[in-house]
Amino acid sequence: MNVTLSINGRDHALDIDPRTSLLDACRDHLGLTGSKKGCDHGQCGACTMLVNGRRINACLTLAVMHENDAITTVEGLGTAENLHPMQASFVEHDGYQCGYCTPGQVVSAVGMLGEIGDGWPSHVTKDIKTGTEISGDEIRERMSGNLCRCSAYPNIVDAISAAAGKTKEPA
Amino acid sequence: MNKHVMDEAIGETRLDRGTQGVIGKGAPRYEGKLKVSGTAPYAYEYLAGEDVAYGFIVPASIAKGTIRSVDATKAEAVPGVLTVISGDRIVRAASQPMAPAAQTIDGEVFHYNQPVAVVIADRFETARHAAKLVKVDYDAKEGRFDIAARTTVREPASMPMEPNQTRGDFESAFAKAEIQYDQTFTTPSYQAAAMEPHATTAKWDGERLTVWTSHQLLETAPGQLSKHTGVDADKITVHSPYIGGGFGSKLGLGPDAVMACLGTIATGKPVKIALTRQNVFQATSRRGETVQRVRIGVTKAGKITCFAHETDTTNSPGNGFFEPSGISSVFLYPGEDRIVSHNIVETDVLMASACRAPGEATGMLATEGALDEIAEQLGLDPVEFRRMNEPEVNPQTDTPFSSRRLIDCIEEGARRFGWSDRPKTPGSRREGEWLIGMGMASASRKNDLMESSAEIEMSPDGRATVRTGMTDIGTGTYTILQQIAAEMLGLPLDMVDVELGDSRFAPSSGSGGSWGANSAGSSVYVASLALIRELASRIDADAETLTLKDGHAISGNRQIPFADILKGEAISVTGKIEPGKQAEETHQASYGAHFCEVAVNVVTGETRIRRLLTVGAAGRILNEKTATSQCYGGQIWGIGYALEEDLVIDKRNGLIVNHDLAEYHVPVHADVPQLDVVLLEDRDPHASPLAGKGIGELAIAGVGAAITNAIYNACGVRIRDYPATLDKILAELPDDYLTAA
Ligand code: FES
Ligand code: FES
Repeated sequence: MNVTLSINGRDHALDIDPRTSLLDACRDHLGLTGSKKGCDHGQCGACTMLVNGRRINACLTLAVMHENDAITTVEGLGTAENLHPMQASFVEHDGYQCGYCTPGQVVSAVGMLGEIGDGWPSHVTKDIKTGTEISGDEIRERMSGNLCRCSAYPNIVDAISAAAGKTKEPA
Repeated sequence: MNKHVMDEAIGETRLDRGTQGVIGKGAPRYEGKLKVSGTAPYAYEYLAGEDVAYGFIVPASIAKGTIRSVDATKAEAVPGVLTVISGDRIVRAASQPMAPAAQTIDGEVFHYNQPVAVVIADRFETARHAAKLVKVDYDAKEGRFDIAARTTVREPASMPMEPNQTRGDFESAFAKAEIQYDQTFTTPSYQAAAMEPHATTAKWDGERLTVWTSHQLLETAPGQLSKHTGVDADKITVHSPYIGGGFGSKLGLGPDAVMACLGTIATGKPVKIALTRQNVFQATSRRGETVQRVRIGVTKAGKITCFAHETDTTNSPGNGFFEPSGISSVFLYPGEDRIVSHNIVETDVLMASACRAPGEATGMLATEGALDEIAEQLGLDPVEFRRMNEPEVNPQTDTPFSSRRLIDCIEEGARRFGWSDRPKTPGSRREGEWLIGMGMASASRKNDLMESSAEIEMSPDGRATVRTGMTDIGTGTYTILQQIAAEMLGLPLDMVDVELGDSRFAPSSGSGGSWGANSAGSSVYVASLALIRELASRIDADAETLTLKDGHAISGNRQIPFADILKGEAISVTGKIEPGKQAEETHQASYGAHFCEVAVNVVTGETRIRRLLTVGAAGRILNEKTATSQCYGGQIWGIGYALEEDLVIDKRNGLIVNHDLAEYHVPVHADVPQLDVVLLEDRDPHASPLAGKGIGELAIAGVGAAITNAIYNACGVRIRDYPATLDKILAELPDDYLTAA
């Protein structure tokens, strides 16, 4: 089946099996292996991408459903030579160990800050009328869909908190 | 080969002089930018864009029995399916660490969801679909699934420790003891659940087999794959430069590696197999469940007189590995008369194998809980009780400790944590619905130095490259090897490169048992000294006193850039470390202490961690940042073991019920507050030339018990059956807590 995906600002024309997830389309067919597969069932967050600026588990959605969407993967945030502030903050704060959950954490963090910026409340938001502020509790609550078995959580929270001020909008 | 055998304690080294000033510092990870940008390639991600095939495993639908037939006709008829491999070459699970090969199935089913076949197809989706069309007929047999039934009990192997160690006459001593503590603790089975499922890309070119796989210990991998495929080991190269977490579960070679190799040889196409998350739970390895009886005899004044720790744990047929829960009990606390023993209860469940801190991680959940109970019975502060029972020498063997900072860690922790503010009695501190309590526990982790080697090549421009078959499983190996070489050779960090995870490189210890940093790091130390000798000889200087800094050799009033010494020629040296007499003459372990504050909800029974502090002493810390991260990892696994993790085995049919990350609960962000880790300034000259000891598994040892001890202090409920889930706490909470709410 033919589909054109717009990923990180570039169009990719693909002829793929309709059963292919967005995650596998990137990893197996486009050489975009930055997004990771930890469970393929929406249970770990390693595959987190931004679709039209919102976080999505790319293993839980089919590639052919995203013909007209703007998709951002970790590769679209920054490169090793030119890191996104969130990526740089993860390096500085040692917000990772094995690195396998890391692209998902980084993308999720960028999307999550966008959600807070848009005033979306969470389970721990004190008063939904006055809006939400970035805090450790908000970060922990909203990042809980991103598992890290190495358990870099304290440093991930530090990395996100530090980057929160200087994060630019995702591409 | 330049070799150092650890026969004697090490004196002052270049690492102590710290001329370059990089050792111990929290340098950012060498490979960090690659990891955060998604460009560090993991095993499955090799050969991206090439014409490859994909494998998908067919799992057995019974737990025990014989495979009567495998009918792959329907699967093979699916367009795109290249082959279906079944029969005796299929493996049951991962291999045991350092085993010659994985166990093949030989027509049998040994556990529920064991692999019975693998489908290779041109697309992942096709392989997954076709796997469901493979029809397997079985003769099912009755299985053994319950540790408590003790249907078949047998002696463990002598790995990972001597299973039975006794001294004196424990039974008589215990009978005479003024206070007799006798309780049984249970810990469930656990899954390492590394975030990267075991995965392999394998390519057969008709002559050579090239394999990228997620594997902690490369040295035996070519030999194992040779046994499984018939290809000569010297024609097999195994790469594992990035590993998405291992925690022991990738010390053995994954079933994906074997099957991807069989697949590529059968089809002539490169084959990729990433285990599904379900496969990881069902076909790699797990930590065995335990039943642990702890008996401790104590005087009324609080002196421990005798100590027994007897463990039942499980494994499957043909597996002698056991969860060595008594590993710390051999030396941590005194007592003239002692028993540390282990039995394997054979069950027909996925094999049990190494998982982060085998032994300490489960055993200290029991013993550190026991110490807390005894201290309370005696009316002693748990800190004071431990101080009163600090042995002078290893109580089992009378061997001196190489260094033992347990009491220092406890005292430092107590001071920093504000331990003196601990509620005196359970239930006495309350904030609304929440009861607040504090608990503490000791930590110890046996230290091992392993044989390991590394090459350092200095290129004509003075840059150094370290190469070793060592791996980095997130522990920071790249970075610490870079730091050791930079400090030793007097190079800025960015003048040192590190290449790991290639079976053609100098053989190494691999990553396991917390020995990686010390062993591989020592090999870099040895190679560095050899390189320094070479540089010194070329300028007629004394290697011992030659100062090296910022890429220059400084001797007398001469300051010579390395490039000028090398004169256009590269130098390559290899260094090797071997354990020696020090390992026999001293008893070596890392030590620590945990302090925890919890809140227990009187309405729901929920426990929240409020504060958690770990103080550790593990010799020289090579990188303060990565060492701290390792400790966070241990603490958080402890939170999981104390409160959440429980791999449920259905006692009727052997199914691992919660075989994914939705049902097997590992800690998530919201479970973990900001944690505190303090590493004491420490050196252990007996442990290695680096004067360091293992840190990767220290923090998991005992931490879960600090949490359950805090739960007791909060609400008066003693948990001996891990984990401390809400139902267990609620059932025992006195009603008056609720009425007071
Ligand atoms: S791989 Fe998508 S959530 Fe785990
Ligand atoms: S860094 Fe290893 S799982 Fe998060």
